[in-house]
Amino acid sequence: MRPDWTIYLTFLGAGLILLLPRDAKNLIRWVALATGLAGLTVGLTGYFHYNDSFRDLIARTGSGFWHVVNVPWIPAIGAHYHLALDGINFPLVILNGFVCVTGILFSWNIETRTKEFFAFFLTLIAGVYGVFMAMDLFLLFVFYELAIIPKYFIIAIWGSTRKEYGAMKLVLYSFVGSALVFIGMLAIFFAAGGHSFDLLELAKTPVGRQVQIWVFPLIFAGFAVLAGMWPFHTWAPTGHVAAPTAASMLLAGVVMKLGSYGCFRAAMLLMPAGLEYWKWTIAVLAVIGIIYGAAVALVQKDFKFIIGYSSVSHMGFVLLGLATLNVTGMSGAVLQMFSHGIVASLLFAVVGRMVYDRTHTRQLDELGGLAKVIPFAAVTFVIAGAASMGMPGFSGFVAEIQVLIGAFQMSPWLAVSAAVGIPVTVAYILNALNKVFLDRDDAGHHGDGQDAHPTLPPISLPEIVAGVVLMALLVIIGLYPSIMLDMIKANVELFLKGLP
Amino acid sequence: MNSPGLPYLSLITFLPLAGALVVLLLRQDRAIKVTALAASIGSLLLTLCVWSRYQASAGMMFVERYPWIAALKVDYHLGVDGLSVAMVLLTAVITPLALLAHWKLDRDVKLFFFLFLLLQTGMFGVFTALNFFHWFIYWELGLIPMFFLIRFWGAEERTYASFKFFLYTLAGSVAMLLAFAVLYLKTGTLDFLELRQLAAVKPLVEGAFAKWLFWGVFLGFAIKVPIWPFHTWLPDAHTQAPTGGSMVLAAILLKMGVYGFLRVVLPIFPEQVAAHLPVLLYLTLASIILGAFAALAQTDFKRLVAYSSVNHMGYAMLGIFAATAAGDFNDRAAALNGAMLQMFNHGISSAALFFLVGVIYERTHTRQLADYGGLRKIMPVYAGVLGISMFSSLGLPGLNGFVGEFMIFKGAFSLVTGWAVAATVGLVVTALFLLNMIEKVCFGPLNEKWKGLPDLTGRELVIGAVLMFFMFGIGVYPAPLIDAANVAVMELVKLF
Amino acid sequence: MNYVGLFSALSAEAVVVLAAIMALTLDLAGLRNAAPARRRRIVGGFAGLGLLVAVVPLWTLWGSGSLALAHGTVVVNDLTRLFKMVVLTLSFLTVIISLDYDVGGHIGEYFATLLFGTVGMMVLVSTEELLTLFVALELTSLSLYILTAFHKSALRSQEAAVKYFMFGAISSAFLLFGLSYIVGVTGATNLRALAAPATPLLSVGLLFVLVGLGFKVAVVPFHLWAPDAYEGAPTPVTAFIATGSKVASFFVLTKLLVVGFAGLAGAAFWGNFVPGWVMIVALTGAASMVLGNAAAIVQSNVKRLLAYSSIAHAGYIFVGLAAATNYGVSAVLFYVIVYALANLGAFGVVAVLASRAGGEELKNFDGMARRSPLLSLLLLVFVLSLAGIPPLGGFFGKFYLFAAAIQRDSVNFGLLWLVVIAILMSAVSLYYYLIVLKHVYVHESDGERIRTPGYLNLTLAVIALAVVGMGVWPEPILALLKCLVERL
Repeated sequence: MRPDWTIYLTFLGAGLILLLPRDAKNLIRWVALATGLAGLTVGLTGYFHYNDSFRDLIARTGSGFWHVVNVPWIPAIGAHYHLALDGINFPLVILNGFVCVTGILFSWNIETRTKEFFAFFLTLIAGVYGVFMAMDLFLLFVFYELAIIPKYFIIAIWGSTRKEYGAMKLVLYSFVGSALVFIGMLAIFFAAGGHSFDLLELAKTPVGRQVQIWVFPLIFAGFAVLAGMWPFHTWAPTGHVAAPTAASMLLAGVVMKLGSYGCFRAAMLLMPAGLEYWKWTIAVLAVIGIIYGAAVALVQKDFKFIIGYSSVSHMGFVLLGLATLNVTGMSGAVLQMFSHGIVASLLFAVVGRMVYDRTHTRQLDELGGLAKVIPFAAVTFVIAGAASMGMPGFSGFVAEIQVLIGAFQMSPWLAVSAAVGIPVTVAYILNALNKVFLDRDDAGHHGDGQDAHPTLPPISLPEIVAGVVLMALLVIIGLYPSIMLDMIKANVELFLKGLP
Repeated sequence: MNSPGLPYLSLITFLPLAGALVVLLLRQDRAIKVTALAASIGSLLLTLCVWSRYQASAGMMFVERYPWIAALKVDYHLGVDGLSVAMVLLTAVITPLALLAHWKLDRDVKLFFFLFLLLQTGMFGVFTALNFFHWFIYWELGLIPMFFLIRFWGAEERTYASFKFFLYTLAGSVAMLLAFAVLYLKTGTLDFLELRQLAAVKPLVEGAFAKWLFWGVFLGFAIKVPIWPFHTWLPDAHTQAPTGGSMVLAAILLKMGVYGFLRVVLPIFPEQVAAHLPVLLYLTLASIILGAFAALAQTDFKRLVAYSSVNHMGYAMLGIFAATAAGDFNDRAAALNGAMLQMFNHGISSAALFFLVGVIYERTHTRQLADYGGLRKIMPVYAGVLGISMFSSLGLPGLNGFVGEFMIFKGAFSLVTGWAVAATVGLVVTALFLLNMIEKVCFGPLNEKWKGLPDLTGRELVIGAVLMFFMFGIGVYPAPLIDAANVAVMELVKLF
Repeated sequence: MNYVGLFSALSAEAVVVLAAIMALTLDLAGLRNAAPARRRRIVGGFAGLGLLVAVVPLWTLWGSGSLALAHGTVVVNDLTRLFKMVVLTLSFLTVIISLDYDVGGHIGEYFATLLFGTVGMMVLVSTEELLTLFVALELTSLSLYILTAFHKSALRSQEAAVKYFMFGAISSAFLLFGLSYIVGVTGATNLRALAAPATPLLSVGLLFVLVGLGFKVAVVPFHLWAPDAYEGAPTPVTAFIATGSKVASFFVLTKLLVVGFAGLAGAAFWGNFVPGWVMIVALTGAASMVLGNAAAIVQSNVKRLLAYSSIAHAGYIFVGLAAATNYGVSAVLFYVIVYALANLGAFGVVAVLASRAGGEELKNFDGMARRSPLLSLLLLVFVLSLAGIPPLGGFFGKFYLFAAAIQRDSVNFGLLWLVVIAILMSAVSLYYYLIVLKHVYVHESDGERIRTPGYLNLTLAVIALAVVGMGVWPEPILALLKCLVERL
């Protein structure tokens, strides 16, 4: 089955759910899960096929793209319905698939307006699939904007702290970001002659340097807002905290990667001269984001805010890696997109589904000793936290070491500054671990302390399945990164070769 | 390329991990403890097989090398040579003893033994891995179980101690990671042996940068050894950790730092070591002398032993750095051989001392020296074992500690005379605090509170006996250890 | 004078007039004693049928060439046929919505006036002669004033109608005055013969004309009547004002400026302003976008909110008009169609739900998602299309408008400033559109399920499908418009 069926199947699933009666909650959940699994299966099948064949593909055609569909759509403006996959967006497609399935599993307990929740969720997922696969700038933009609205409703209806404010802030920020992209998109289109929006066509004939210098920051910043680049990141902590678990997983895990992917595919691919001009700014802002995000996470009193800021910090690594313009750094950045996607999903699942849904508080002062009560949550947090810190053996390490190497090639100071973020990350992860999961009593013997929550509902089967799947991914990629890194690296090399 | 026969080193490393996974599935405390011990002893048996076939002259033995991550040119590369084979043995011996020391544990047994086995895998891995990528995995793998061991089963300041330990060590690791990232950039490889070969031809990195690289790597290992002034995590961590944790920390984890100098710092940065030798020696001297004086000032039994580790590791580093100084080849080889022995011997003696501290703490629930007194009268066996361990640590001829320290000083006196002379102060002070300690604990009036304390049980005696076996054995017949290391030692000395 | 030709050219209008008279007669003669709902259904059904029949001559004569009669009084070509069909469709949809809406006792008069207004719009669309333009405009406007006042008992409705009438009368005066100057200077009343040197007098005339027409399309600063009129009028009438009237007015404005006053265009490039109507259009457009969106944010009445949003949309359309190229004109025309459909749909939903929900305030729409899921979903589609969210028609329409503005000067990007304002204001507009949807979807309420007539649901669903279709596959209509505009 062609990989673009991930999009269609997911939309179909959303539509099917809309037709089901609103009381058939269990049926709705299973239909949603089936849809998610179907999409993931199609994606994985395509992924492994590509993994086996991409070297031949590159040898034969000199390009790593598997063109899935390419038909004219709106000839009046040169827009094509062009979807293609290569080593850079395939991992992200798979990421989306996994986050979809596990997000559904972690949302198994939603009782209010279940039908609308899963309909919105699947629409969002389908839009994201579309963005990752689109090879036409107009089409990419359409999918990108399409994905904004479901986010609003998911957060505003099923969210928690200040949900309506958080939802509106997130949407407006994203929309302003996409407005910038819109302007840049039009400028590029017309400056290149106004014939086609196809990304590969536009990449072949870059526009004049002067134009690139002012259009590049428009498109890059527009996408970087969504990627949580400092200082455009302020929607992220509020938005993530307000969102319900599955949405936070998706937001931090996948949607932020949409932003960085857009930075790469729309800005960097089309405007190499602009990139060259702006790369230092991007790198420095990325490093600031790494350190700032980690430092602010350290002083948070709300568990979920810690994770929200940690996402800002980790996306800094992605943006830094992209800005380095060398093979290792960029490969690390793409791998970090996947790795952090899984890590963020796990962390938000722990905070939201496992802890908050049971204790109804996220304040560090009010939690404590949860390791005894819900040990699975503690173990999940330790593993996700370790991966987040860049502990070797997990995927985060492979990604971060490559970004550091790449950053070092650009400037040693960048690498050193970025590395400073790592101990700070360790500090806030340990702080959270200590305050939330470990016992509060430090005087005398262990275990005598008063735990605020002596008994809680046990961790359910869907949570366990989803958690194990995600943790397994971290370990698999951590110990055997070749199944993802090889295709990433090959395509990054092709990209760099194509730069003038 | 791969050595024929069973992949011993992989088996040794992963057997504890397998045991850990099995432990997760068990429910009964007894079954868990037995399984853990079995896995640990299994590794010991395999290690003895390795030892029996080990030939020093064959260079790197039991090599396993498979392609792993093509994109980063990383291979799965294991092997042991004279620098590491003794450490593998030490790990294999001490860990089962540490497990035995906690045989009577009744709280969160499954988690404890799981973490310990995980830790053992990490330790084995550090000593056998030859490519930075998975070596670093094992290095960091050692941190998490230790953090939890201290945090859950430690003493009253355990939160502070566990955090400090983790953050401190990790900060050093980050510096090391960055340095290796640069090395990868400059040389295209992360393999220790390849880096050593490249460095032998010409310095890997030139210019002002090279210095920073060296200090980065140095920092990572110096924190672990520990070398003054990066030692401040150690007293808290050692004191707060549960008995088995302290045993393993002192006996093995610290040696990982020293091993790092032998495997990484000296072969890969020979010119930097030579350039900075005076500074390195001063730091080592500070470790020796200040560590000893600090131990002398302690009123807490366990903290005293902890500081003594700082002091003793100082001797090892003295031997290593002396071996890089200009001078007679035989003297340098002697110094380095002494350092190798010191690593093993301190492993034995510190394990014994921490074990005995743990024994008395379990019975009396205090670690203050002032609270003890006259224990010889009611626990004679304990006093005897403590005495022997103490003398081993002190370096009494006839016991293991002497041989190593003797060789270190023999070499150091001719190579770095001034520093060696100053270091002898440390020897004197060591004697002072150790004798003081035994006097406070075993001699003097008996504190009435302890009248009914039981002496060493059978299990505890077994642990003590095994350790004393090594203390006497190596004291009298150190040849096997020296022979095993000698060839590799000489190769290393030749670099300078 | 070829009367046969004239009649065939105006056959559609004739059918509509006939239908209007017959509807009036039917109501007066036979239905005075029936219940209002039944009267509405019969009379309205008849009116609707008439509108459908009127499409037939346009359809059958499609592609049969163009001709101008009586010095441009009536111009018949595919473009005018197309827009007449659009106006007829919008009118037809308004009639459908009116079937369910209580407009008081004067049912026949209501539908007749509606149809007369439609005739006015149809003539407006197909004329190129200035006086006919004025007459058609007056016909449309007078019909709309009357319709606005139909809620005889509601004070608001009366106030709205009077305001609308006063404003309208004054702007008609301006329009006529301007037209008189133009005719005086150029000596011609046909659009295509207006070529003349740019004298101050001509410019003044053009300015006055712009004022007059600016009122019709409700751009700043001629918009002050719109919020009150939209709010006070019966909702189907609002829909009609907001859609049919706008379509026709924009069409005629565009034609007037681009064809008639091509020479006086000038330019509105950043740093390179040349005086002309383009500048005026650009500035009033910018002001409309800013003020319209800003004022909409604070509204609590849905109809008033949509009124301000209409002002803003007029601004967007002016962006395309400022481009003054064929590209721009086809963008304007495309957008006006999509906008009309979405607006009609939105007002339609409001019309159906407001009476059953107890009011037209935002808070009356709380929890609609549960109470009326289908209509809420359709409202979602319409509102998001107005907001410009893909894959709906409104997005593509906006995109095309802004593309036209950029394309006007793709070397120096002279009109970029206007596009930037437009896009940023679109972002602002998303805020209040989401507020509407927030009330519908996010807020909860205890009301019971609302049952709405099947034919209305079907109609609105079809409109929604059209809106989606124009977004997902705009190519056919776009290609058609491009082709037709070429021949303008």
